[in-house]
Amino acid sequence: MSVLEVKDLHVSVETEQGTKQILKGVDLSIQEGQIHAIMGPNGSGKSTLAYTIAGHPKYHVESGSVTLDGVEVLTMSVDERARAGLFLAMQYPVEIPGVRVADFLRTAKTALDGEAPALRPWIKEVRESMSALRMDKAFAERNVNEGFSGGEKKRHEILQLELLKPRFAILDETDSGLDVDALKIVAEGVNRAKAATGLGVMLITHYTRILRYIKPDFVHVFVDGRIAEEGGPELADRLEDEGYDRFLSDASVA
Amino acid sequence: MTAAITPTEQHGARAHSDGGWDAPSGRAPIQARSERFASVAHDDFPAVTGIESEWKLTPVATVRALIDGPLDGSPYEYAVDGDASLVEWIDRTDARIGSAGIAEERAAANAWSSFEKALAITIPAATEAEPHRELTIRRSDLGDAPRATHTVITAKANSNATVILQSTGSATLSENVEIVLEEGANLTVISVQEWASDALHLASHFATVGRDARLKHIVVSLSGAVVRVNPSVHLVGEGADGDLYGLYFADAGEHFEQRVYLHHVGPNTKGRVNYKGALQGDGARTVWVGDVLIGPDAVGTDSYEQNRNLMLTDGTRADSIPNLEIETGDILGAGHASATGRFDDEQLFYLQARGITETEARRLVVIGFLSEIVQKVGNPALEARLHAAIETELARSAAEPKGEPA
Repeated sequence: MSVLEVKDLHVSVETEQGTKQILKGVDLSIQEGQIHAIMGPNGSGKSTLAYTIAGHPKYHVESGSVTLDGVEVLTMSVDERARAGLFLAMQYPVEIPGVRVADFLRTAKTALDGEAPALRPWIKEVRESMSALRMDKAFAERNVNEGFSGGEKKRHEILQLELLKPRFAILDETDSGLDVDALKIVAEGVNRAKAATGLGVMLITHYTRILRYIKPDFVHVFVDGRIAEEGGPELADRLEDEGYDRFLSDASVA
Repeated sequence: MTAAITPTEQHGARAHSDGGWDAPSGRAPIQARSERFASVAHDDFPAVTGIESEWKLTPVATVRALIDGPLDGSPYEYAVDGDASLVEWIDRTDARIGSAGIAEERAAANAWSSFEKALAITIPAATEAEPHRELTIRRSDLGDAPRATHTVITAKANSNATVILQSTGSATLSENVEIVLEEGANLTVISVQEWASDALHLASHFATVGRDARLKHIVVSLSGAVVRVNPSVHLVGEGADGDLYGLYFADAGEHFEQRVYLHHVGPNTKGRVNYKGALQGDGARTVWVGDVLIGPDAVGTDSYEQNRNLMLTDGTRADSIPNLEIETGDILGAGHASATGRFDDEQLFYLQARGITETEARRLVVIGFLSEIVQKVGNPALEARLHAAIETELARSAAEPKGEPA
């Protein structure tokens, strides 16, 4: 059973006002097959946790560790982390002009597997996943994220999740900017991926809405760079009713 | 009084280093682009010192022989893929000479004074049997002695053709290329420079586009020591279209320059200028100057020009200077854009986060960046060859990728 473990993680970023501490000691353990919802107000450090695990160069790890089955992830390059089984569905996927979706997907699959996928089954698999995500066939011929609507970008992220089959996926506000129909389609994609491969999921969200479609096993409330409270799915229901005010007043006093 | 021009930083906004028209001192253009002096006689132009705006970004000392020296203007060897009967040598006195434009600087005038015969390519009107013609004129090894050549491409009324001018091997060459599109002609001209590494090449292309005619002009510069190709395109007839594209990849020590002039003369013309370049290695240098002039009669003009440069390593320099003059207010639209930068770290992060190695991610980003122009070529064989040439260029840098923080 694979496990992704974050221990006492402290992370800072450089800003124009100097070094800013974002994560102030995060502990989190996710096992394969589990879904962990990370919830919290804007600016609490949820996305910083996601991008730090993925290895974005902007985030500086001051101390702590992130291990995958006991192997330190933080010393790996970004692509090594992906090949180790980590996947980050981004909130704002960047445009890559001139690179077609079909070529990009195959290049990524080849990089992850160490060999090119057999052409016919691969094309079939891509078609089926696209169809399940209600993506038009023409989508594969477009350039990566270029001119995509917000909803198309999120579907494209989940398409990759399904096709690249990571062991652990971090979904960074995948629900933001989606209408309810798109949200359902995207959530179904995540559930399909989990059913197919039994991956572990870290689901970062501001709202409880997506948790109606993706059922978390655990809920962690993130406030001011730390996990302020943890519990089961019932914690999400409480947040739905009470909001984050209770935590925010604590944080502003601290 | 030569102002230092510094490369634009990736994220930093900074004032344009050329122009300064809105400075408190209130500089104004000295002359409209259309008022530039033109002549076919070398001696009509003053000596070139290297500080003239036309020459200040060019390594004048290196190309001095082309500007002032004697040039061999005799006919040269060429090969034709396609209907060779459309290609012939013509005399200097032929009426076609000078029909698209005449020299606007001293090196071009030197070539004009020196050529003995001009190579004429004439595309007849399209027929049902031949709806589209395709011609490739190949020339290689023009030799190290300074040379002058002159080419006239005439697209007769309602013709439809692609003409590829392919140059390889060694050359020290100053040349003029005239392109005439008669009414309703549809012509693609692709000038591909894949010279030997020590080649020197100064070229002026003059095009005049007639009523409802469409010119697609593509400049591809991939190798050579100094390659300067300056297209001047005049959209004269009503409804004329001009698509001016460029693709260049400069390595260490290479200087690639293009001064593009798009002149909207007639009403309801449409122009698109898009040049994209990559630079890698110490001293790789590119210059792009884009002048667009919308004349007083060019009502209903729709015009846009842009230049993008991708700097793959340290030690490169790209100058990018768009200019826009508008002499009538009654137009559909006109705009310009220019951007020069390094790799977008977010693009690399995105690709690497999918398991793609940094080297492969850089390759994808550069190929994607340049593909936009390659896709305009419209000739699958040439597109494939250009892709392969870009891959070869990139392979040179793949051995020494720049490090990224862990």
